[in-house]
Order: sequence, then C-alpha cells, then structure tokens
Amino acid sequence: MAFPHRLDAPELPDFSMLKRLARDQLIYLLEQLPGKKDLFIEADLMSPLDRIANVSILKQHEVDKLYKVENKPAISSSEQLCFLVRPRIKNMRYVASLVNADKSAGRTRKYKVIFSPQKFHACEMVLEEEGVYGDVSCDEWAFSLLPLDVDLLSMELPEFFRDYFLMSYELWRTLEEEEDCETKGRRPEVGHIFLLDRDVDFVTALCSQVVYEGLVDDTFRIKCGSVDFGPEVTSSDRSLKVLLNAEDKVFHEIRNEHFSNVFGFLSQKARNLQAQYDRRRGMDIKQMKNFVSQELKGLKQEHRLLSVHIGACESIMKKKTKQDFQELIKTEHALLEGFNIRESTSYIEEHIDRQVSPIESLRLMCLLSITENGLIPKDYRSLKTQYLQSYGPEHLLTFSNLRRAGLLTEQAPGDTLTAVESKVSKLVTDKAAGKITDAFSSLAKRSNFRAISKKLNLIPRVDGEYDLKVPRDMAYVFSGAYVPLSCRIIEQVLERRSWQGLDEVLRLLNCSELAFTDMAKDDKASSECLRLVFVVFLGGCTFSEISALRFLGREKGFRFIFLTTAVTNSARLMEAMSEVKA
Amino acid sequence: MNRTKGDEEEYWNSSKFKAFTFDDEDDELSQLKESKRAVNSLRDFVDDDDDDDLERVSWSGEPVGSISWSIKETAGSSGSNQEGREQFKSRNSFSSYAQLPKPASTYSLSSFFRGRTRPGSFQSLSDALSDTPAKSYAPELGRPKGEYRDYSNDWSPSDTVRRLRKGKVCSLERFRSLQDKLQLLEEAVSMHDGNVITAVLIFLKRTLSKEILFRELEVRQVALRHLIHFLKEIGDQKLLLDLFRFLDRTEELALSHYREHLNIQDPEKRKEFLKTCIGLPFSAEDSVHIQDHYTLLERQIIIEANDRHLESAGQTEIFRKHPRKASILNMPLVTTLFYSCFYHYTEAEGTFSSPVNLKKTFKIPDKQYVLTALAARAKLRAWHDVDALFTTKNWLGYTKKKAPIGFHRVVEILHKNSAPVQILQEYVNLVEDVDTKLNLATKFKCHDVVIDTCRDLKDRQQLLAYRSKVDKGSAEEEKIDAILNSSQIRWKN
Repeated sequence: MAFPHRLDAPELPDFSMLKRLARDQLIYLLEQLPGKKDLFIEADLMSPLDRIANVSILKQHEVDKLYKVENKPAISSSEQLCFLVRPRIKNMRYVASLVNADKSAGRTRKYKVIFSPQKFHACEMVLEEEGVYGDVSCDEWAFSLLPLDVDLLSMELPEFFRDYFLMSYELWRTLEEEEDCETKGRRPEVGHIFLLDRDVDFVTALCSQVVYEGLVDDTFRIKCGSVDFGPEVTSSDRSLKVLLNAEDKVFHEIRNEHFSNVFGFLSQKARNLQAQYDRRRGMDIKQMKNFVSQELKGLKQEHRLLSVHIGACESIMKKKTKQDFQELIKTEHALLEGFNIRESTSYIEEHIDRQVSPIESLRLMCLLSITENGLIPKDYRSLKTQYLQSYGPEHLLTFSNLRRAGLLTEQAPGDTLTAVESKVSKLVTDKAAGKITDAFSSLAKRSNFRAISKKLNLIPRVDGEYDLKVPRDMAYVFSGAYVPLSCRIIEQVLERRSWQGLDEVLRLLNCSELAFTDMAKDDKASSECLRLVFVVFLGGCTFSEISALRFLGREKGFRFIFLTTAVTNSARLMEAMSEVKA
Repeated sequence: MNRTKGDEEEYWNSSKFKAFTFDDEDDELSQLKESKRAVNSLRDFVDDDDDDDLERVSWSGEPVGSISWSIKETAGSSGSNQEGREQFKSRNSFSSYAQLPKPASTYSLSSFFRGRTRPGSFQSLSDALSDTPAKSYAPELGRPKGEYRDYSNDWSPSDTVRRLRKGKVCSLERFRSLQDKLQLLEEAVSMHDGNVITAVLIFLKRTLSKEILFRELEVRQVALRHLIHFLKEIGDQKLLLDLFRFLDRTEELALSHYREHLNIQDPEKRKEFLKTCIGLPFSAEDSVHIQDHYTLLERQIIIEANDRHLESAGQTEIFRKHPRKASILNMPLVTTLFYSCFYHYTEAEGTFSSPVNLKKTFKIPDKQYVLTALAARAKLRAWHDVDALFTTKNWLGYTKKKAPIGFHRVVEILHKNSAPVQILQEYVNLVEDVDTKLNLATKFKCHDVVIDTCRDLKDRQQLLAYRSKVDKGSAEEEKIDAILNSSQIRWKN
C-alpha cells in the first residue's frame, strides 16, 4: 500500500503559494469597492472559491450577503453589488438586466464585475449593447490554477472540453503565457512537459474506473477536491463534506489502490486501531494522561477517517452489485481487446432498450466506436434509432455532436478509405504516404485504436493471475486489462528520452503537427529536476490516469505534477456532449 | 485479435479477473462489514465529547470556508430562492465548516505588495513567482484593468491585436478599409487567442455587410469557427442560419434550426415548430427521426388530453388505482410505450394510445416491445398478460414459450417487480444455459428448479450443499431427502 517514493525522487514544488496569491488578489479586488457590498457568485465558481477563501475572509472585507448568480431577479438592498463570474454571455445579460431594472426603478448603485480568470471582449460587447457599459466597472481575478492536491493543479474549466473539441475555440492564452515564464532564462526546474489533448486518448477516459479515487469520483462525483457523502455513506441522517487529498492519511494510502485491495487495507487499519484503543486498559493514571493528551486525538481522527471510507466502500459495493458491474466491466474489457464484438454490441443494445442510464449507454457506444474505428453502418443506424426511442428524439443533436468530436462515428461504407490508402502507400514513399493518410484522417478522424494498442502493447499478455496487490505495470488501474494510452505514451517518451521510434504511433494518433521542443539539452538542469515531469491535460484527465502515472513515478523515480483543465471522467465527457442537460 | 472460442472461455475462466468480484456474499464485503462493526464499536469511547466531528479537524491544514452555505442562507432569508435551497439542502455544510477556526494567514496583503518579504519560506516555485509579482503584479493591481484607456489612433494591426490580447480597451474604428480589417483578423488568428479573434469578429460583424463577412470568413476557417461559436453563445440564431445557408452547410442548418424546439415549452407550439423542421435538409436517416419526433408529440398531445379527462372523471379503474405521476408529454417513445402498455394495454389497434398502434407507427422492434410490455405488465402484476406475451402456438395447436430476449432477462425483470416464486420458477426453467439457470434459481430461491436441476445433473454433492440452505423441516428439505434416498438415480458424485 502506498509505496514510498524512491529516495532520489525530486521534491514537489509548494503550490499552496498559488492559493495565497489568488486569495490576496481577490481581497485586493474586493477592497477596490470600499464599504459594504453584496457579492453575487456564479455557481461554477463557488467550489473553487471555497478552496481558497471562506466567509469570514469575505466578511472582513465588507461583503455583506452572498448570492448565487441565477436566472432570477435578485433582492438585494445593498448600495454596492459585486459579481464574481466566468466571462460568459449569459452572466453579462444577468448583470445587465439587474442594472436596467434598477435604472427603471430610478435607483442608483455601484456595480462591479470581477471576471475569473479573465475578461472577454464579447462580454464588454454585451454590456455595451444592453446600455450599461460605464455603469458597471470591470476587473479581472487571474485565478486560473487551483492546487487540488500536492501534485494536482486544476484550471476548473470543465467546459473547455466542449468548447475546444466540439467548437474548436482557441483557448491557448493561459498556457502559452505559462510557457513564457518557464523559459525566461532561469534554471529549469521541470525536466519534461507534456501537453496532451484529450482527443488523443478518449478510450482511457471512457472506461469505468476501478482505483479507489476514480471509483469515488464515478460514484459520488468529486468536486474541486471534495466530495459530498450522503446518508448512505455516513449512516446518519446528514451528509458530510469531505476533502480528499494527501492530508487525509487513510485516503492517501488507498486512493491509488485497485478497489479490491481497499477492503483488506481498511480491515487491517480497523484492527490496528482497535488494538491501540485497547492499550488503555490496564494503564495507570499517568499513562492514561499521556495517552489522552498525546495519542487520543490522532486515533480519533483516524477513527473518523476510517468510518468514512468504510462507509464509502460499502455504498460503492451496493451500487455496483445492483447495476451488474461485473458484466459491464467484462464488456468493456472485451471492447478493449477487440473480441466478441457482436456480443458486446447486443449487450449495449439491451442496455439501451432497458432504458438503463442514458449516459452509460452513450459511453459504451463511444467506446465501441473508438475501439472499432467507427460502427458499421447497420449497427450505427440501429443503435442510434433505439437510443432516440429510449431516451428521447432530441438526442439527435447529441449524436451530431459526438460525430463531430470523433467520439461516435460510422465506418465509411466498405471501408473505402483503407483501400485507397493502401494503394497510395504502395505508389509513393512512406513519408508521402503518411502525409496522404493524414489528409484522409482529417476527412474522417480515425482512432486507429486497435493498431495503436498493438504497437504500444496496451493489452498486457498475462499468464495466470494478474496480482492486483502487487501491480506490475500501469494496467492495474484497469484490473490488469489495459494500460492507459495517454500514460503509456508518456512512459515511452520518458524511457527513450525522446520521441524517436514512435513515428508510427504518432502517425496513427493523427499527430501530424507534433510540437516537440527538446529543452532537456541544458546541462545546467540537474538530474533531479529532469525527473520532475509536468503533464498537462487539455480537456481533462481522470483519476485513473493520475494513479497510473503516480505508480510509474514510484517505479522509475519520477515525480509527476498534473495540470488539467478539469478532472474528468466518462460521465462528465458524455454530459458535455449531450444536448439535453439532465 | 484472432482468438478461438476455446481461448476466450479459457481467458474468462482464468483467474485474472477473479481477484475482483462484486458478488453479494463476497468474502471481502463481509470482511468490510466486520471492520465496520469494529470501528462502530469504538464509537462509544470516541464520541464522549460529541459534535467533535470530522468537520472540525483541519484536514488540509488550511480550513475551507462555507461560502456555499452562506449563499444558501441569503437565499433562505430573502425567501424567494426555493430552488437554490433545494440544491443546497443536502450539503449541510454549516455543520461542516462553521466552527472552523480562522486561518492564520502568514502572508498578509501588505507584505504581498512589497514583493518578497519572507524569502526563507519560499520554495523553488515561489522563487520564480516572486519576481513576477514585484515587477508586474503591483502596477497591474494598482489600477483596475478596465480603467486602461487607449486614445492613440496609430496602432498598427499587430500592435492593436497585442493590446487587445492584454485585455486593454482599444478602438478598432480606424480600420475602415476591407484590407485593414482582414489584416487585423489575420493578426488575431495568428495569435491563437479566441478572445482576441472574437473581439475582431465583433467589429467586423458590425462594420461589414453580411455577404462580405461570410465571403471572407469562408476562406478563413479558424475565424469562421469562432464566429459560429460566438453566434451560438449570444444566441443570434438568425445570423447563424444565414451563415450556414451561405456556406451551404445544409445539415448544420437543419440541426441548428431543429435545436430551437428545446426552448419552446408549450406543447402545441412545439409541435407546430417540429412540423416546420420536417422538410429541412437532414440526412435521410435523420429525416425519419424528425418525422417520428413530430408524430410522437402529436400522439402524446392527444393521449394526454384524453387521459387527463379520464382521470379527472374518476370512472376508469386503472387511473383510480394507479394515478398518473407525470404527464406523458415530451417523454421518449419507449416511456410512451410503457405508459400505453400500462394504461391502454387491451385497446384495439385503431386507437392512438394502443401499444400495438405505437409499435406499428414507429416500427418498434420486437425485442424492445417485449421488454417494455413485460416491464409494464409485471409492474401491474398482470401475470396472465406476461404469460401471453411469450406464448406462441404452432399450426398444430401446441403452445410453446418463446422470447426475443433471453429468458434470464425476463426472470430479472419479473423479480424486480416482485413476481411470486411460482411465476419466477416457470421462467427460470426456460433459461437454456444450465449454469445460468442454476445461478438464477439459487439467487431467487426457486427451490424446485434447483433441486430438479441437480437431480437431472446427477450432482449429489451440490444437492447436499443446497439442503443446508433450505429451511429445516420444509417441503423442500423433504423433497431433497426423497431424491437423495432414491435408488433410481445414478449419482455422478
């Protein structure tokens, strides 16, 4: 459990600084509007804000009442209104309607909009159009990186996935600027930076998660590093908000473990705890005093943590047993390996027909599509029709989104593409053939998953039992059935210290414009910092990927720092593509 | 992957995945339960000074505020935010955080502005950051960005774009010739900053005619995508549709138009709107779906009006016994079918609300139909209908049970609707695969099936094992004993 890092593994930088910076800047911005004010916060910003400030800090800076930005007229009697929002058109309309309502009521107040992380020109345009430009002052709160844990930074921009991969909206600014800082002629502190687009590896993100943290996320939804455990977990009538990070000693030890190991660990812990409590029997007064003053607090805390996680495990088990998780996992593994496709297809079909969760059904269809390079037209038609019949015709729009994002596609009839491709490759040199293939790929985004899987050996050959207690490779995060593609690529590059020999893989990944800069040449870079690896996921990363790379780090002496636009999972990806919000 | 069937079976039977099962009576779960009991038993001792809950311990060393809670409070006191309160109801973060001590910020605001005050406490990364705040943060913070105004008129396109990128207000009015405008756009695109591209597009949209704008964007795909995104965001549907029409993107045009129906609440109006979608240039396949959508809503409106009337009249038994929980309007087809199997099962094909009519109109596959009808009739405990659903007669008049779905599914659905054992038993018996049959029979306590199957398998050991699971002195036990004592059976073990 929770293997220690190698002794020579580099230290992680202290990211808590970012929180302080963000907090101080927010305070500064609030002080820009001196005196009492009411603060309106956009729902999406509430959890991130919770991570860095609390009500008493806001109160100290004369925030009187707090409101959620929603589509309703606000009843606030304050003379000053402050809005803390993402730069979105609908928020601007909300602010404008508030200001205009005041105007027609002959009321004058001060208004201030604080955009996080930045102001968009389109927002100002709306203010101008609505006739409130000038009545409202604008500011920016450059709060773009939230440290969720010692090795995890999140931009908390879940909508990035949809905007970028569906709408192709360019959102490079923040990242580019960061890179600017990185190269300002200082001693490099990070040996490698990987920037991964989510669409390079949809498969991993679509799989059911079975490491503890991932499973908790899939089951209860971890939001901004904290989770709400309902009464079914707390075995009381109230729910409990729990922060999940390295500070939670129990969680820290089980977060990266395959779920099947977690029980054993928790039982062992419970027994140890019992033994430690039992020691108090037969203590004399002095010993007892020592026990109470020194150990009791720690034991109590451990006790609380244990009961929370045991409760969570129980609840997960109950839910998974009910939904036939075993069969689901079996189907997923069959899809990953590429056999029994017919059986899997009819499993998905039945899933749809029985109106089991629409998101699950969609996820399985996408997994089938990507692993098979698209559905055969007959299946595509029939699954789509049944899906629309089961979950509503408006999902026609969802299918159109999925097709555009390359998540759920139909094979070209007779697979003419491949035929042309192979003919072409015979006529011209390999390099040119690659280019032509790229051209074709852009026509129909092919996932080539099967070929990539073979090349990178993503499905481990296992003789006998895959021992999940002593994982041998990153495949353990999926019960030994599959090494996450995204993580395998990173592993390969780190191992080879370059992309050499991976040309074929890159071609299959449709990475025609691979940006690769070799910065490791700098000899000033110490070997220690070379092993500090920064991985940026554009469009979200999953806890399974984080666990897998943490495992790799422990094995090979790397330390990974994760930066993601948001932590994601299969359900979040599917919901982002879905037109009908649940 | 070319695995033979044998390989596959071996694969799945191999122990590889057995390490992790979600079976009910799993060892590990009982282990877990045990630990839970152990932990719970400690509670008496631990909870001596209650209230001291998980929450008060500062897990992260840096306590978290109850901003969401506080918002709930404002919502509550203003008395109009019922919905918001609903949302927060379960969070209960008051108890979680209210008693947290105030964080002792080691980092005061004033020290922040002086740049680096506590060099000793800086880690390597903060080293990097301490430069930046000292140099650029302070002046940036000195004046809110919005107050930056730029009155100079001589910025070149690239300077202008750079200023826009920094979020500064910058007049674009001087770019009046088409050439200047396009140069500006190209600069913006080369910057890869969506915000800047959009800013320039807003200007172009305002100062160029639609036709020219569209024409120029058609050859500038990146900018074009941004305009589409922007139009969707601000909801300028009319211009968006014009754009798609100009670009000849007929399918997108159709989908975009169709999407609008989601904003129409009134069912009649929505239906009328859907009617206008029918002729749009969808793919052949989607055209059928759109037509079906329209027909479905049309039917639902008729059924809804009819049933609401029936229900309020209070004359129809089914509605009295099982009042409708929600309106059928805008529900998916399968839900509608379920509804119709529930309330209108016996109706003749001629009526709009009859299941058979729905099946025919929408070409619902047998499988889907049977699954839905089964669920509906089982819910009503109409076992006779369930029976009829699977009974077929051949030309000689013999009856036979047949199902387009596996009988194991049938059993599951029946069990979910708490069918009595006699009924379950009948269908468990129809499961072809012996192992599945045994599993299901054991799971759902169909003793006779288990016993008979063991007898047919001549599996004495399994029968013996099962004997210990049935009640002492029950008819099942007697039956097992009778079989075990029978001299007619040649046991295989």
